[in-house]
Amino acid sequence: MSHRAEPLPPPRPDDHSYYGRPILKPPAWDWRIPAYLFAGGLSGGATLISVGADLTGRDRLRRRTRVTAVAGLGASMYFLVSDLGKPLRFHHMLRVAKPTSPMSVGTWILSAYSPGIGLAAAAEVLPARWRLTRLLRRVARPASLSSAALAPALAGYTAVLLSQTAVPAWNTAHPYLPFVFTGSAAASSGGLAMALVPPAEAGPARTFAAVGAAAELVASRVLEHRIGMVAEAYTTGRAHTLRRWSEYLTAGGLAGILLARRSRVAAVGAGLALAAGSALQRFGVFEAGVASTRDPRYVVTPQRERLATARGAVER
Amino acid sequence: MNSLFGPLDDVAGDAGHVEHPPRVGFFTDTSVCIGCKACEVACKQWNGVPAAEHLDLLGMSHDNTGALGANAWRHVAFVEQSKPVDLGMPAVDGLRWLMASDVCKHCTHAGCLDVCPTGALFRTEFGSVVVQQDICNGCGYCVSACPYGVIERRPGDGRAQKCTLCYDRLHGGLEPACAKACPTESIQFGELDELRDRAAARVATLHERGETGARLYGADEHDGVGGNGAFFLLLDEPEVYGLPPDPVVPTRDAVRMWKFVGAAAGAFLAAAVGSFLGRR
Amino acid sequence: MGSNMAEAHPVGFQWVVEAKARGAKVIHIDPHFTRTSALADTFVPIRAGSDIAFLGGVIRHVLENGLDFREYVAAYTNAAALISPEYRDTEDLDGLFSGFDPEKGSYDPASWQYRSTGPPPGDEERPQEAQSHAAGAGGAPIAAPAEATDPTLQHPDCVYQILKRHFARYTPEFVEEVCGVPQDAFRAVCDAWTANSGRERTTTLIYSVGWTQHSVGAQYIRAGSIVQLLLGNIGRPGGGILALRGHASIQGSTDIPTLFNLLPGYLPMPSPATPDLDAYVASIRSRKQKGFWYAADAYLISLLKEYWGEGATADNDYRFDYLPRIDGDHGVFRTALDMVEGKVPGYFLFGQNPAVAVSNGRLMRLAMAQLDWMVVRDLAMIETATFWKDAPEVDTGEIVPEECRTEVFFFPAASHVEKEGTFTQTERMLQWRERAVEPAGDQRSDLWFTYHLGRIIRERLADSADERDRPIVELNWDLPVHGDPVWGEPDAEEVLRRINGYHLDTGELVADYRHLKADGSTSSGCWIYTGVFKGGVNLSARRGDGPDGKWGWCWPLDRRVLYNRASADPAGKPWSERKKLVWWDDDARRWVGDDIPDFPDDLPPDHVPPPHAVGAAALRGDDPFVLQADGKAWLFAPNGVVDGPLPTHYEPDESPVRNPLQGPRASPTRRRYDHPDNPANPALGAVFPFVLTSSRLTEHYTSGAMTRTLPFLAELQPELFVEVSPQLAAERGLVHGQWCHVVTTRAAVQARAVVTERIPPLRVRGEVVHQVWMPYHFGRNGLAKGDVMNDLLGIVADPNVGIQEGKAATCDVRPGPRPTGKALLDYVADYRRRAGIA
Repeated sequence: MSHRAEPLPPPRPDDHSYYGRPILKPPAWDWRIPAYLFAGGLSGGATLISVGADLTGRDRLRRRTRVTAVAGLGASMYFLVSDLGKPLRFHHMLRVAKPTSPMSVGTWILSAYSPGIGLAAAAEVLPARWRLTRLLRRVARPASLSSAALAPALAGYTAVLLSQTAVPAWNTAHPYLPFVFTGSAAASSGGLAMALVPPAEAGPARTFAAVGAAAELVASRVLEHRIGMVAEAYTTGRAHTLRRWSEYLTAGGLAGILLARRSRVAAVGAGLALAAGSALQRFGVFEAGVASTRDPRYVVTPQRERLATARGAVER
Repeated sequence: MNSLFGPLDDVAGDAGHVEHPPRVGFFTDTSVCIGCKACEVACKQWNGVPAAEHLDLLGMSHDNTGALGANAWRHVAFVEQSKPVDLGMPAVDGLRWLMASDVCKHCTHAGCLDVCPTGALFRTEFGSVVVQQDICNGCGYCVSACPYGVIERRPGDGRAQKCTLCYDRLHGGLEPACAKACPTESIQFGELDELRDRAAARVATLHERGETGARLYGADEHDGVGGNGAFFLLLDEPEVYGLPPDPVVPTRDAVRMWKFVGAAAGAFLAAAVGSFLGRR
Repeated sequence: MGSNMAEAHPVGFQWVVEAKARGAKVIHIDPHFTRTSALADTFVPIRAGSDIAFLGGVIRHVLENGLDFREYVAAYTNAAALISPEYRDTEDLDGLFSGFDPEKGSYDPASWQYRSTGPPPGDEERPQEAQSHAAGAGGAPIAAPAEATDPTLQHPDCVYQILKRHFARYTPEFVEEVCGVPQDAFRAVCDAWTANSGRERTTTLIYSVGWTQHSVGAQYIRAGSIVQLLLGNIGRPGGGILALRGHASIQGSTDIPTLFNLLPGYLPMPSPATPDLDAYVASIRSRKQKGFWYAADAYLISLLKEYWGEGATADNDYRFDYLPRIDGDHGVFRTALDMVEGKVPGYFLFGQNPAVAVSNGRLMRLAMAQLDWMVVRDLAMIETATFWKDAPEVDTGEIVPEECRTEVFFFPAASHVEKEGTFTQTERMLQWRERAVEPAGDQRSDLWFTYHLGRIIRERLADSADERDRPIVELNWDLPVHGDPVWGEPDAEEVLRRINGYHLDTGELVADYRHLKADGSTSSGCWIYTGVFKGGVNLSARRGDGPDGKWGWCWPLDRRVLYNRASADPAGKPWSERKKLVWWDDDARRWVGDDIPDFPDDLPPDHVPPPHAVGAAALRGDDPFVLQADGKAWLFAPNGVVDGPLPTHYEPDESPVRNPLQGPRASPTRRRYDHPDNPANPALGAVFPFVLTSSRLTEHYTSGAMTRTLPFLAELQPELFVEVSPQLAAERGLVHGQWCHVVTTRAAVQARAVVTERIPPLRVRGEVVHQVWMPYHFGRNGLAKGDVMNDLLGIVADPNVGIQEGKAATCDVRPGPRPTGKALLDYVADYRRRAGIA
């Protein structure tokens, strides 16, 4: 046991909090979780694009998005497992299937999603001369379809993962986060596909990215106006900085899509901007959540308002 | 959906226990707390909870523990108030010192329990909520799902930790360590129904004596968590003690939240499909 | 008052909470709003060191308004007694009582005695004046019970009227002026106290170390006793005075004492003035007095028989000669000063940590550095054991470890769960403790250590021809041991049996101290404990589940409320049905009730003793105070307290306030220990303008040896801090949570500033007086560390019992950490210069 060297600053006592201390605990997760949000959404979107590409004969689009999808999936697994307090016990997630737990639901979504796209991507990257590869290529389409069926869930469930908590910024934003996240997933996956594939084949990716980016921008803005004073967690501090840059990048990327049809360079730039914007969006939302647990105002003020309203309703 | 929120008579039965003892819990009457912290020490001693790594004078009156957490399953709060006080608590120009021992609420609808993806958190036959340390993989989800900020991952260990209502002592027919140690019976342990009756009577007595600020916290089964297994008698607003005024179990809105996800996922899929249509 | 019961006695405080639940009102009067105040109904802040003024105000209020419980006062106290015509009060002599010798600094109590109607008592009948170091022992003897009385309480020289005159100036205005207590707050306390006393209701007064640690500490308690007697609260259920002790078994440590001036059962230690047994007994009781102290010879002789067994016989005065003699003050402070002079070679410390726990810590440590050897027995490596290498004086260069001559032997001690024996706590209750676990390693109990130390010393002295060694060689020192036949653990139950006492002819255990004899046929290690092993049963081991439902055993004779005869009126009927405790059953011809009567149980209430009866036989049926020399409670104390028969307000030795009463500023008989290392802050003056007081936190225990070493406790209160009011913080630039330091002429001690409204400034004599409060638990060892608060205090003591004035001193407070090393000495020296002390 040791003594801290520096004396602590005096806390402020007041009538509305306990020395200004947080009521809630900050999220136990670190940067790896918003990184997962990004990677998971990216993977889901890429799987959908890969299936579309597969069904419409866009080989390069198909191959590169399958690889992107499994890379995103691999990164997701790494982020999720390493963020655990006891990483070697990651498989304990498979002990139960609990509908009340978005993380349990997510575990099973991921478990059901992974094999298909894994096989499909393996089919793409393994040496063509192998017997295994030929076998994989035969099952690649149904395999990737099985993943595609779960891809929207994968891209969207993380919104309820965050929202079904006591974290004020996430909980109050529950109507909007799903659209922010799925939009962001579309923007990042479409954007990266745009960057990786010649413009001729990237058309659907551009459309997907554009729709996603627009949805992300709109939903993100609407959120700020619909959640009362908790919005301050999004519009101040580090969260605000991250989300502002996310907006610039996403809006820029959106605009860049118009040029991406003709210019590969523009496509790469726009694609990377969209991906970066998507990532920053996830980090921004995460940071807003953390910030909303630090200041007890975010818990007390809305709850007091709720109580006052209820009392008013009773008295009426 | 009665099991997710709202009054629930039989928590243990709802969780799957067939034959089980009556629900037990704590009634913490903070009006007789002397701030001795015997509860904090007895709990740590019995449960092997580590002492803090840093010795810090926090400057929050006599509170050097700070808050509930992985290494503090009981936490005594101290609030010095100087404001006009009519009757009841002592007034020298209205000096009042609130002291209260906080603990895990063992909610009827427990956010931590609902979101635990490994099944480590479970509802015991006594109606309490306990983390199984051999199962918890430290995902930390429970930490964010608790509306009271109770449960936390232990630094250096990684697993989630909180009050177990001394589950092992209950099996031995003993009361929890904190209740046993409390010299003034501020912490009362027993069957929840009986505790609620006792608490209501105590509030009535305090009101008669002029302590009009006395109120119960967590005793109402219609509140956002279906009432607590560990509830309190407070002498001021909950937020003064660091408690949320109107906590709600996040699971209450789960269905609604999933609906929005469904809509967004559907739009996502539609956008993907639409991106490929008409482009042959 | 003078108590922080909730923090220092949290388990006992549950009964206060229980009483509150049943409608009792709790009033807390203290300089500092503590966790006790938080649960009180009323808190009254008071200036530390002014409690006698407050209580005097209450006494005046009671007397002026005729609110005393007249029947009780008239029958059970010495209110009616006439005092010697030579008596002069402080009101007459400008703050002094008659009989003061300015050269000796002490009083001759001759003029305080009861007025005699016959010839003056002869020399052999005059009681010993209560010598300063003998006080605290025995029951104060007087020549004879009062012969001249006025039952109407009107005679100007009767105690009642003397009391009235003495406290006439303690008006509510006076209380406000001196104590800083607003008049309406004071009156509210008076009203509550008096309204809740009388036939139907009783009030309990609780005090602890906040009252005792003053240079007038004994008089504080006297003042409280006077109030409670006037209101008829003593000896009655729900009444009385609870003297909360400062340690779990310190009651036992004074019953079976570790004090230099006491023998077991509060018999005084002999002095050269009592060369033989008869002289000694005469010093305890006079030939004509009443009560159970009359049998002091039986108690002492039984003790001597226990000590020296068969060799103690009538012709050798039962080996009375073998007892050591004290010839002055051999207390802790005197001894420390002797150590500084190099006069003391060795020191045994059993669970004692003077480097932290005693006033003027620096002096203590410098004193210990002059010892040849020191034996420390404790649970942890305390500051006293390691002082030679890490005392603050090592930093300043005053102690150099390589040169320090003191050899320290550290013996690990067994804790209370690792040994068996009794605790005696504040209710006089003995509780037997079983051994729960064997001590680990070399840890041993105090009993083991003391017994084998004695055994080895006796072995070495067995063949000695020196007369000085006879007392040790002939000691009755054989105890059965468990385990190893040579080195085993002595049988603690046998020790308790010997304390209880035996009839030496039959081998039966004594059942009652009244059966102890002065003829050498009984032995008893402590007469007040006689009966704890009645019938061969260890009654201290009772835990409420036996047929009698009792818990533990209280001395004397398991009486739970002392002097409970006073719960019934002179006719033997309870004062009220509601407050009945013991009463006279005329059919059974005995006292019965809910407690064991603290009275001869077959003595009728209307009993009048024969004319020349003495001792217990001289008690009337309405003399409830059976250990008092006249059977009555003393509002006015003719003997027994050396600083005056009545309490009077004096300022503490260090105070920023002038005494509003004329005459001596501070108690003229207070014990000072003049030494360059024990300077006093100057009275008044601007250098040390603040009142410094100290007490405990729940989380730590005295010097912190048992608590600052435990992580679970250390983290609860990790650092030394000083509580200051926001006003004082503003005045001195102190910032909450930051370092500041407190300075006196002894030391500068650094602490975290805790700015709080719980230590309010008071308006005293028109001026604002700031008080600061610190806990005294911290030292350099263990996990939770800090400077030693006791280094700030100087040594000034109460003249009756020698206890230090630890609760009221003066100081300065400045922001920032204190200087270190030699600079610290310079800093303190600079303060001394500015204060006008060389």
